[in-house]
Amino acid sequence: MSDQSNKIPQTEPRYSATFDTSTMSEIRRAAATGIYDIRGGGAKRKLPHFDDLLFLGASVSRYPLEGYREKCGTDVVLGTRFAKKPIHLKTPVTIAGMSFGALSGPAKESLGRGASAVGTSTTTGDGGMTPEERGHSTTLVYQYLPSRYGMNPDDLRKADAIEVVVGQGAKPGGGGMLLGQKITKRVAKMRCLPEGIDQRSSCRHPDWTGPDDLEIKIAELREITDWEKPIYVKVGATRPYFDVALAVKAGADVVVLDGMQGGTAATQEVFIEHVGIPILAAIRPAVQALQDMGMHRKVQLIVSGGIRNGADVAKALALGADAVAIGTAALVALGDNDPHLEEEYNKLGTTAGAYDDWHEGRDPAGITTQDPELMKRVDPVKAGRRLANYLAVMTMEAQVIARACGKSHLHNLEPEDLVALTVEASAMAKVPLAGTTWIPGVTKY
Amino acid sequence: METLTFDLDKKPLREINQFLHGDASTLNGKSIVIENPNGAHNIAVGLKADVEVTIKGHAGYYAAGMNQLAKVVVEGSVGSGVAENMMSGHVHVKGFASNAAGATANGGLLVIDGDAGLRCAIALKGADIVVGGSVGSFSAFMAQAGNLVILGDAGEGLGDSIYEARLFVRGKVKSLGADCEEKVMGPEERKILVDLLARSGHGDVDPDSFKLYGSARTLYHFHVDNAGAY
Repeated sequence: MSDQSNKIPQTEPRYSATFDTSTMSEIRRAAATGIYDIRGGGAKRKLPHFDDLLFLGASVSRYPLEGYREKCGTDVVLGTRFAKKPIHLKTPVTIAGMSFGALSGPAKESLGRGASAVGTSTTTGDGGMTPEERGHSTTLVYQYLPSRYGMNPDDLRKADAIEVVVGQGAKPGGGGMLLGQKITKRVAKMRCLPEGIDQRSSCRHPDWTGPDDLEIKIAELREITDWEKPIYVKVGATRPYFDVALAVKAGADVVVLDGMQGGTAATQEVFIEHVGIPILAAIRPAVQALQDMGMHRKVQLIVSGGIRNGADVAKALALGADAVAIGTAALVALGDNDPHLEEEYNKLGTTAGAYDDWHEGRDPAGITTQDPELMKRVDPVKAGRRLANYLAVMTMEAQVIARACGKSHLHNLEPEDLVALTVEASAMAKVPLAGTTWIPGVTKY
Repeated sequence: METLTFDLDKKPLREINQFLHGDASTLNGKSIVIENPNGAHNIAVGLKADVEVTIKGHAGYYAAGMNQLAKVVVEGSVGSGVAENMMSGHVHVKGFASNAAGATANGGLLVIDGDAGLRCAIALKGADIVVGGSVGSFSAFMAQAGNLVILGDAGEGLGDSIYEARLFVRGKVKSLGADCEEKVMGPEERKILVDLLARSGHGDVDPDSFKLYGSARTLYHFHVDNAGAY
């Protein structure tokens, strides 16, 4: 017998599914540094999402609309409940709250330019409103946050709507972080903090604690702005039925519901990946709360967290939302994580598409940074145009689907237009598993 | 000075507040009296003119919230969040104040003759607050800038996670919060205290009977050795 035939077969090296390479690298990093991993973005794990839903489209039993010829409306009016001056947007795709501080000035300007070009709104973030942002945003929503960094009544009056932020999908129950690298002189001055410190934002509002207090707080904001502005309440997706019901009871004009895929400028990885629920699981309970209170379409629902294309927009609206908000996708449209910067991402120990150390302020794309040289890389006119193009594409894609379903307005899409590809998505979205009439928890198989 | 009187029993709060938000040229120098407040919330919020408002009784939440320029006197006690996020002006509470008095206030002077509840001066951002009595627990939590003068005692966790605000306390402090420590009162701080005592009707109080507290600045950067404090 040859040596070859005597060789004992070896088992291939096998990586653990539980202790995968990413998990082990995090254990080594934690052991070396003694501090939890902080990063930007939203949940990266695979989650039940809009991809698990399909539209049925029209056939013999349904009548489609002619593409590009027959009208399919896309506009949305937000704040019709109490505000004297509701907001009328041409597309239901809005830009989510992102702060100056987390983002560079040119990035904020780009968002304003892009959103304004297609008739939608942008939103401020922690740290207040900059003149550049107000100047370049036709419709600007002013976030009223627990930290109240940079909050002042003059800006409140300049806003087109006010968003009381209770939480966000990436970190429901947690406050923001902005590490020292990004607390530049201007950011520090706006937030009234020492330059270069690691800033912690509060997780609770300083002057109200529960839903009864929130009702008085909303009334205060209305009194200060003479009942003109729509008042939104933003919550991270956790217990959407109860949170939406309480926000409506407290007097909200609009509820913003952010799933765990929604991004953050910086927070603990463990928070992003393990607290909160996916947006797919949150929309139906939120809509149910509105319907039970007789407030569906009277109090508008904006959903966010992983919205990427017109199909996601159409699915969110079909499940009962009035509009969506995008954050991460808008940054990608501006140039975030672009492959043409691969060499620079490699120098930071990462790769284009995976860069999420936004808190470090070294973003090669010049978007999530306060570095004056890096931020010069963002041309607000060109980046704004890219965003406008992207928003227009999303809107047209949603129209394509709506027409195929025979709907003359995106808001006419309904759960009946949808089926699910997985049992999980079927149970969460409360639409039948494809090819069946089965909705787990609702109908019998 | 021209005086206008509103009766909250007869006129809706919304109309009174809208009047108070009117053009500065028509409001400046005027004196407004609000009768029968009966603990209503959001009285005289969002003022932005050099006007004097007297509330004849108790007010609810957020009295004089986000005040700019105006002088508001409450001849009674107030609920939570009096003068919250005040930018400038002067708010004087002749009675007691509930929780979060002067929360996140950026400027101006808030004077409370009686006691203040929990979280007085929470996240203070530059305003001055003088409390004639005592303050509840967790006061000056995450206070960023400005001055809090307490003539009475302070509850637990005073100045927890404080940034650069100054806390002057004449009475006892039950306990200090994370990263808050006693400081030496130098001439600059003493001058601030003397001025605030004089402006709040306590000019006869000995400034040397106060202790100064502020940030130890050990939590300004995340570090594993501070994990117990986070």
